[in-house]
Amino acid sequence: MKIAVCIKRVPDMETRFKIAASGSAVDETGLKYDMSDFDGYAVETALQLNEKQGPGETVVISLGPDVVQEQLRKALSMGAERAVQLKADRVPADGLAIARALAQELKSGGYDLIFFGRQAVDSANATVGPMVAEMLGLPCATGVSTLEIANGRGTARRDLEGAAEIVEFALPAVVTIDEGMPRARYPSLKGIMAAKKKPLEVKPAQLGEEKLILEKMELPPERAAGRIVGEGPAAVPELVRLLHTEAKVL
Amino acid sequence: MANVFAFAESRGGALRRVAFETVSAARALADASGGGEVHALLAGAPGIASLAPDLGKYGADVVIVVEHPGLANANAESLAATAADRIRAGAYRAAIVSASAQGRDLAPRVAAKLSVSMAADVISFELAGDALVVRHPAYAGKVIATLRLTGSPAIMTLRPGARAAVEAPREARVESAQPAADPAASKVVVKEMIAGGGAKLDIGDAPVIVSGGRGLKSAENFRLVEDLAAAFGNAAVGATRAVTDDGWRPHSDQIGQTGRQVSPDLYVACGISGAIQHIAGMRNSRTIVAINKDKEAPIFKVADYGIVGDVIEILPALTAAVKEARAKG
Repeated sequence: MKIAVCIKRVPDMETRFKIAASGSAVDETGLKYDMSDFDGYAVETALQLNEKQGPGETVVISLGPDVVQEQLRKALSMGAERAVQLKADRVPADGLAIARALAQELKSGGYDLIFFGRQAVDSANATVGPMVAEMLGLPCATGVSTLEIANGRGTARRDLEGAAEIVEFALPAVVTIDEGMPRARYPSLKGIMAAKKKPLEVKPAQLGEEKLILEKMELPPERAAGRIVGEGPAAVPELVRLLHTEAKVL
Repeated sequence: MANVFAFAESRGGALRRVAFETVSAARALADASGGGEVHALLAGAPGIASLAPDLGKYGADVVIVVEHPGLANANAESLAATAADRIRAGAYRAAIVSASAQGRDLAPRVAAKLSVSMAADVISFELAGDALVVRHPAYAGKVIATLRLTGSPAIMTLRPGARAAVEAPREARVESAQPAADPAASKVVVKEMIAGGGAKLDIGDAPVIVSGGRGLKSAENFRLVEDLAAAFGNAAVGATRAVTDDGWRPHSDQIGQTGRQVSPDLYVACGISGAIQHIAGMRNSRTIVAINKDKEAPIFKVADYGIVGDVIEILPALTAAVKEARAKG
């Protein structure tokens, strides 16, 4: 199958973030980057599908400045066949602009499946995947935790709050990948060497007008320091008293 | 003065709490604009119209009811077509959808159909001239982003639980409508709906969450967590990524950066060390209790109250004490 996977470069979320002097971005000093967690699962899912189901091609696409080539190379070293960078000086906040640029690239690609992560772990919008599906007129299953592909059809589980649904759709389709799907493999040394020779095409991103603009970023208020009530089961009565009289949650 | 559109999410013929939150948020926005009307879209199997008065209670002036046997389960393609049609025809200033799993599936499709930009997972919003200024948690909840959305209608998804639904009762006028796209023609079909364990509370709705981590040592010991949740009576059970990865609990129970984000009144973290991955999902809880054997564990930095010790010894004692306290009232 021909599978496209759209991936985003994001900073490591373990970081203690600082706000940049501009007030509208995080300070990039010393940040480590990787592809967004769910995008990693999406690449892995695509590779496993093609490994299991015979000849295919996994194409990874990322929108952004040249630094995104680092994540595209990583996906190539995991086993993807080729990569496309949609070049833009930055990743816009406006998901519709990103979706327009991606749809433009994807529409003539002849893909059987187009994968996204459920959401980028930094901007956390979850909008681009279903927007692209709508623009291309394709079926779309969002937030899937299982996925089976057979005879040109897909079956997936979508976890809802306190329930789940099993959906079916015909290919070609857009699928956004959630927790439950396989974790990204570590690239092998052989994979890393091979990736250097794989094609990485650079094209301008056709974003169009942006109408969602990031104005400000700030750190949320710190939680007030708590206290250790005590040690072992002996501390339970005091904890229950505090929950009752002070926190008033019991 | 501007009219605002709200999507009233239902499941299995019942309104979800987020339906009231979106209608209430739309009410607030319409009022802030100088007193426009709130029009809520309610879609489902025949009979769903009987729920329309409940939306009036939270401030809907008009309830657009779409009844169709093919809408018994969520059908994002048909719903997106209907919502886009109504929004286009109604010239609304804004449209609000919950940032629930179904809302996040629906809203981007509507935005793409209307070729308008949207803001996602919003925790607060205000009109500022021709723009809607919204706040949205990003970077695993470690950063709050403020964004300016221009264009009309301004579409946004509202984070569940971020704004309580406030009553603003009125007699809602009911307007019946047909689906703008045949539900039977949708390209994605729900084959099966799996209910989440009957009467059990969902972690997004429960006022109390008792959550377990690797410190519980085995899947069997989660019984202790369930016992404590049962003692509270209004609690749901959550878990860390390590635990769901090990298959002790289903992935849908995972609270954290790659799982669910929750903000209950009380969060009890049992045998959880407090990795960023987990903290990102629960740091906005009102009161946090942590039980962990390592007194240096990062979970104690976000906890209001901590007990240091073996969670397997402490949980039965806590369960008994909670039962006793609740019995006393």
